[in-house]
Amino acid sequence: MTAQDLSPAPVLTSHDTTKATKTPAAPGRLARRIRENLVAYLFLGAGVVLFAAFSWYPIVRGVLLGFQQVTFAEPARWVGLDNFRRLFDDPLFLTAWKNTGYFTLLALVFGFAAPFFTAVVLNELRHGRAYLRMTVYLPVMLPPIVTMLLWRWFYDPGPGLFNKALGVFHLPALQWLESENLAMISLVLVSTWANMGTTTLIYLAALGGIPGELYEAAELDGASVRQRLWHVTLPQMRFILMITLLLQVIGTMQVFVEPFVLTGGGPNDATVTVLLLLYRYAFVYNDFGLASAMSTLLFVVLGLFAGVYLRLTRTKG
Amino acid sequence: MAAASSTSERTLIAPTEMTRRTGRILYRFVLGSTLVGFTIAFVFPLYWMASGALKSSSELADPNPTLLPKSLHPEAYSEAWSSVGIGHYFLNTLILAFGALLFQLVVDVSAAYALSKLRPVLGNVVLGMMLATLMLPVSALLVPTYLTVVDVPLVHLNLINSPWAVWLPAAANAFNIFILKRFFDQIPTELLDSARIDGAGTLRVLVSVVLPLSRPVLAVVSIFAVVGVWKDFLWPMLVLPDPARRPITVALNALSEDMPANQLLAGMVMASIPLLVLFLVFQRHIIAGLTAGSLKG
Repeated sequence: MTAQDLSPAPVLTSHDTTKATKTPAAPGRLARRIRENLVAYLFLGAGVVLFAAFSWYPIVRGVLLGFQQVTFAEPARWVGLDNFRRLFDDPLFLTAWKNTGYFTLLALVFGFAAPFFTAVVLNELRHGRAYLRMTVYLPVMLPPIVTMLLWRWFYDPGPGLFNKALGVFHLPALQWLESENLAMISLVLVSTWANMGTTTLIYLAALGGIPGELYEAAELDGASVRQRLWHVTLPQMRFILMITLLLQVIGTMQVFVEPFVLTGGGPNDATVTVLLLLYRYAFVYNDFGLASAMSTLLFVVLGLFAGVYLRLTRTKG
Repeated sequence: MAAASSTSERTLIAPTEMTRRTGRILYRFVLGSTLVGFTIAFVFPLYWMASGALKSSSELADPNPTLLPKSLHPEAYSEAWSSVGIGHYFLNTLILAFGALLFQLVVDVSAAYALSKLRPVLGNVVLGMMLATLMLPVSALLVPTYLTVVDVPLVHLNLINSPWAVWLPAAANAFNIFILKRFFDQIPTELLDSARIDGAGTLRVLVSVVLPLSRPVLAVVSIFAVVGVWKDFLWPMLVLPDPARRPITVALNALSEDMPANQLLAGMVMASIPLLVLFLVFQRHIIAGLTAGSLKG
């Protein structure tokens, strides 16, 4: 013990070994190890139980459910690939995937460019930064349901602000949520507004970490502002851009509240998304097997992205 | 002028470019339009919501909206609160949020403490299995977790319509355990050892040495716990189907068609205020937690 007190001791080393050497007698050491482990698992226990019940067990069960017919009335019955066959027979299934892909693509176009551009501009500004940083994050703090109800009001063809704003510029009013072509874009606009604060602040933090000498060197080489942006900022941000890209794909593929509250999947199924359909299967038709088959597929698709994410973060760390 | 103070922090645009005449004009133009644009885009909708709740129903339905309410009707707030029952739903949300906070703190702090400082056999395997759940899309677990809540394995309890259905799954939070463990890892073991020599037990070390040193990370975890439950919609809608037990978010959506518009807006304002206040008070912690979360690994 005194040896330990004297040594400066690095902060992050494992201390198991030093503890073990303190008690040389073998039987005593074993008893002590057992007691220490018991105490440790006493602290860890609640977490393990809750993870087992609400995370690990549902993971296994979710996969199994996809191959079962589940009703509340009778015990689950094994039906093999039936659920998957029924999924592919449902014309809405393909529509939902197409719509979700379209939403994700649009969300990337808006949701990727807007925060990056915003963060680059904010990083250059020397005034009002605290205010700007705060305002861009305000929508993130609103409960999503409030955001949706608020925007439903803005999109309203009657007293809605958006058509009024268009009218000011003598532009024709739009059928924001009622037109098949526009509905999905309207959903993406809400989603981008609500979520861009997070990405902007992450980019802002990353931009702050770029060494100023790089810009100075590029400037001495005669690089214009645009060239510096392209050859210094972007490469320096590449890792964080990749990460947020993947996280955004994973997040937007699970879009639910937007279509659920604003369009209910309409008009004419133009905004039925994977998760909205999954919700209908499970909680409207009570077909948990079919819904689980759907989540298994969603999991496989998102798992690919998650795998890339893992690889990226691993190689970096 | 002001650019002189910022020479230490070099960014994309050079200080010399900023001080040139065109640079200065351009800078002021960008600054002005950003300030105005952000205010219109992110602050004005909040103003519109709060001021809309003060308008009369007829003024709200008017196809020519007014920037300032013609006459003030603050009674929409009190009507929404008491007669529509927003106050009751607000209280439901409070109970859900603070229960979840309590469970997350107790369960996740002790788990992280065990994994970081007590290091049991197979601790790293448990940690790995917990972190693996972070990679899983939430929606993939929606159905099986729901069925688990309907009939909890082994004990066969039905948690539907009980706040436990929100509290317990919320406590199984791998992200919390991850950031707590990372923070605890930085606390020198010598500090814990010397407390032990002074006769403190394992729990005592946690309470009087580890926790006081961990205030910043505890603040982050607490804020995110409350914010997470407060914002949630789909899960409470599924597991709390009894209208009397709904949190405010679910109630607002369910009532949105039938409520008078000004009362609905008042309800929306009331559902937002706690989070906005939380944000204004704890901005620093929230932003710190945000970057910590995104840069994990």
